[in-house]
This record gives sequence, C-alpha cells and structure tokens, in this order.
Amino acid sequence: MAKEFLKGNHAFAEAAIRAGVEAFYGYPITPSTEFLEYMSKRLPALGRAFVQAESEVAAINMVYGAACTGKRVMTASSSPGVSLMMEGISYIAGTEVPAVVVNVMRGGPGLGNIAPSQGDYYQMVKGGGHGDYFPIVLAPASVQEAIDYIGLAFDLADKYRSIVHVIVDGNMGQMMEPAELPPMREIPETAPDWAVRGAKGREPNILTSIYIDPADEEVTNLRLLKRWKEIEKNEVLYKEYDLDDAEILVIGFGTAGRVASSAIREAREIGIKVGLLRPITLAPFPSERLLELTDQVKRILVVEMNSGMMLDDVMKIVKGKVPVEFYGRMGGMTPLPDELFDEIQRVSQNTGPGAEDPREDWIPRLEKIIAGEK
Amino acid sequence: MVATTEVIYQRPDSFTDVHTHYCPGCTHGIAHRLIAEVLDEMGLREQTIGVAPVGCSVFAYRYFKMDFVEAAHGRAPAMATGIKRVLPKNTVFTYQGDGDLASIGMAEIMHAAGRGENITVIFINNAIYGMTGGQMAPTTLPGMKTTSSPFGRDVEMAGYPIRMAEILATLDGTGYVVRRSLHNAPNIRKAKKAIRLAFETQQRGLGFSMVELLSSCPTNWKLDAQAALDFVADQMIPVFPLGDYKVNPALESLKV
Repeated sequence: MAKEFLKGNHAFAEAAIRAGVEAFYGYPITPSTEFLEYMSKRLPALGRAFVQAESEVAAINMVYGAACTGKRVMTASSSPGVSLMMEGISYIAGTEVPAVVVNVMRGGPGLGNIAPSQGDYYQMVKGGGHGDYFPIVLAPASVQEAIDYIGLAFDLADKYRSIVHVIVDGNMGQMMEPAELPPMREIPETAPDWAVRGAKGREPNILTSIYIDPADEEVTNLRLLKRWKEIEKNEVLYKEYDLDDAEILVIGFGTAGRVASSAIREAREIGIKVGLLRPITLAPFPSERLLELTDQVKRILVVEMNSGMMLDDVMKIVKGKVPVEFYGRMGGMTPLPDELFDEIQRVSQNTGPGAEDPREDWIPRLEKIIAGEK
Repeated sequence: MVATTEVIYQRPDSFTDVHTHYCPGCTHGIAHRLIAEVLDEMGLREQTIGVAPVGCSVFAYRYFKMDFVEAAHGRAPAMATGIKRVLPKNTVFTYQGDGDLASIGMAEIMHAAGRGENITVIFINNAIYGMTGGQMAPTTLPGMKTTSSPFGRDVEMAGYPIRMAEILATLDGTGYVVRRSLHNAPNIRKAKKAIRLAFETQQRGLGFSMVELLSSCPTNWKLDAQAALDFVADQMIPVFPLGDYKVNPALESLKV
C-alpha cells in the first residue's frame, strides 16, 4: 500500500475498520467529530454497526454491550465526553471485556476549549473510573503511529480482555499528513468462549462486574492486578532519539514529544548532547528504560502539554538520582520547537541541584512567556 | 385401571434451578416466570441475551438459564442496543425497575424507543426504590410515604409520577407499548399475553416493545402480601391505567 495524504480522525477511523471493528457507537464532540462522521458513512456500507448515541454515557454502554458479544467495538470522543464515559469504562474493566476508546484530548478542565491538550493524562493513565483497574494507554505522536497503534490497541484489548485507551491531542485529530493504511483484516467467524451470543448447546455465559461477596471481588481485583503485571512485563513500548551519548534526556509523549524531537535536532546542531525518550505506552510506563537512563544522563527535562502529570511518574522512577526539570504548556497551547530549544539550552547550562517539585521553577518562566517577556 | 400422571405445572426450561432472593409477596418472581414461559413457548431460550438492571432484580441473570449481561444503573437499553446491533438475529431483552428506567435511565430508554431499537423491555413499576430500602421513585404516587418522602410525596416539592407507557407510545419507533398488572390471576394471564406479543414484536422486526408491569413491594410499602396486591389494584391502577398504548397493526391479528 502506498502513502496517502490523510486527515488524522479519518485515518484513525479507517485504521479501526481495517483492524476489524464491527461496531462504533459515539457522540459528536470537537475535535474528534470527524471520527464519528467517517464511521457513519463507512460502517453501514460494510454491513457493520454504527449508532450516533444520545450521549457519551449511552455510547460507552453500547460499546459495553457489543464488547460482551466478543466483537471488536470502539468509541472515540474528546475530554469532556470521555469524562462522561468513565462510568462505562469502569464497568468494561470490571467485566473484563475488550474495548478501545480513542480520546482526542482538548483543553480543560470543564468545558475548556477545543484546542490540543494532554491534560487528561491522569484521567486516562490512572484509571479515571471508579474501582481497582488498570487501563492500557497508547500515545502515538503522528497519524502513521496512530494508525499502527489503533490496530495494536484492538489486539491488546483482545489478548488481555482489557480496556485500551488511545490518546492523541486535537493536533493529531485535525492535522493531515502522509501515512499508509494497513490491509483489511478478516473478521473472525468464531466467538470467544466467554462471549454472549445465545446459549445454544452450551451453558449460559454471564458477563457482569458485580461480585457481591467482597471475598470474590478481592479475587477479581487480584486477577486484574496479576494481568496488569503481565502487561507491564510484555507490552512496554517507547521510541528513542539520539540517546547514545546523551547527557540531557528529554521525555515527552504525543505531540509534545514530537515537537521536542525537532528541538533536539536543532540543539544537536549546536553541540548539545541531548536525546529524547518518547513513551508510546503511558501505561505501562517505560520505567525500566528510564531507570537505566538515569545512570547515563546528567539532567532530565520533562515536556508536556499539561501541568506536569507524567512528570510525577518520572519523578517517582528517577527518585532524585538525576535533577529533573519541567516545561509545560497548558490550556490548549502547543509548545513551539523554539521554546523547547530554549529550554534544552537552559537545562544544558544548569548545574544546580534538582528541585523537589520542578514546577516551582517552571511557573515563573511560564508567567514570563505568557506576559510576552520572553 | 392404569394410573397416569400428567405434568400440569413445572419449572420452565428458561429457568435455572435456584431459589430467588426476592422478598415474600414480591411480584418479581411472577414477572420472571412469565418471561421464562414465553421464551420457552417461542423456543427462543438459546438465542436470547438478557440485560439485567441495577435494583432488586440486579441478580436476574441467576434465575434465567440463558446468556445474560449486567448493565450499569439505567443503561440497560444502551447495552441492549449495543448487543442487538451486532447480533440482529438474536433476541435481546432488558428487565428494568422504575428507578432504573424512569429516573437515571430516562435518556437511554427514550432514545432506544425513539430509534426503534428492535429490543424488548420488561418494566417493573412498583412505585418505589426497593434495593436501597424504599426511597421515592419517579413513579411514586402523590402522597405516598417513602423513606425519602417521609410525609408523603408532596407534588409541590417532588413533582408528579411519570407515566412511561404513555410517553413512549408517542414515539414513532415503538411497535408495542402496553401496561399490565400482576396483582391477581386474571391480570397475570393478560400480562403473559402482553409479554408474548412484545417478543413477537421483536421477532417480526416491528421496533421497540415494552410491557410495563404494575408490581408490588410489600417490604418497602410496609404492607402484607395481600394488602400490597390490593394497593396495586386500588391505588396504582387509577394513576397508571392499564391498557394498550401502542400496538403495531401487524400484531392485531396475532392470536397468542
């Protein structure tokens, strides 16, 4: 297949179709709406299911229902819509059925705005819904990666009977860039043995997230935890750039990571030994690789489009072994390569001790930028 | 003379062999049995997927011998939609109480009906929240005492009961919407016929079907079993009139 010039949301939807998604249930919300529009045209033509639900609450519960049949099913939404879906996501996790949710994140909290953001890191990575469960979270940084990892998301969802989130920001949903779509996969003819499709010639299958006896719920929680430990062992994904001799380590995911890679190229040109670690799986986080790198690098700069959420995870892993600094833009602001280049340059010259909370040093720098002083 | 025995009453095949957790005098057991008998008679057990609600019947899936899922509170029609759209040949039904269907799940039931989802809904209206211990429901009668309307439902403060069958019948997507009662044998027989017609509606692809069943809750109404059934007849029916609110003409000639 050749590369085509594709709009993010359309490409993500087509990638899901080619991965064998048999149903899409969603609700319009900027900046993910084109995903739903694309599905409304393509899925009926393929004889697959599409419903524009009355709300995100209904949409995710339709996803929950179809997930119980063992067919590949998904929804796509954006931050406020995903908040509404958290109820159903928790039930899907508790029932141990596979489903994929794409969150095209926008500025928040509240109604916020429709500009690109990474402010849902905590909500997506740390669970978001109620109860003890562990979502798998993939964070692609280009249309091509999103195409690839949406296919992977379905495979992981099936493999672990898990909820899988693919989180991108509004930039990626809206941008157009060249990318290659995979071939159409066959839809499996047989149902998984746990699926509800009518108890013909077998004992009934019951799919529920209720374990009224706490002892049973504990066993379920333990099963989910042990499955998560397997996922942590097997499924960590990340990309590295220029890390061989790096003394400065930049860590960023999604668009922030991609902008950082441009800034790093520029910094390399003036001789700064800087490299990038870009987590693809935010959950499970590439902790082991980061820990290794703390033996190599002298300083770490975390770059995000939020107030430093992944930063907390990085700090927990680095444990003060290397000074960590932070640079973030919030509210739907995307950092420019020049901003990150300046940051890399600043960090490369800073030999002071690391702060306990790197946000403390960052806040006055951001205030200057907001005031136009920099 | 040769002695012969004839089975005139037995557990339906669509039932599991377990006792229910329902209170003595509660009509959930009757409603369950009617559904099971109808699915047996129509030979649908092996293709049916039930959707249980949140409420007293949260464990309904323990009593029906068929594939079942358990929905979040109020979301059963959405879950049923999700299932039916990918398995259009299967029979899909929800079983919901009044808090589930007419309060927290109002959006889901309205839009499932509006879309004409080809599913069947069995709606148990007992005018109270049973599982949480007797709070006011959207169907609680004016003046009726509950633990959250301790002086009787004051319509100035808490509004009026909602008549779901009448509301849903106004939607073009519905094929069959009726209200029946479970307070005595003649009405139970009528309820069974209605449940049969509701599943026939689904079988024929005639759209959304719902049977609202007026039911008793002796425990939370603080009445004995007979007094609770009398309450249904004397107090509930005047507020929730029994009747056919929507019957697709294609069903009219059907003899069940």
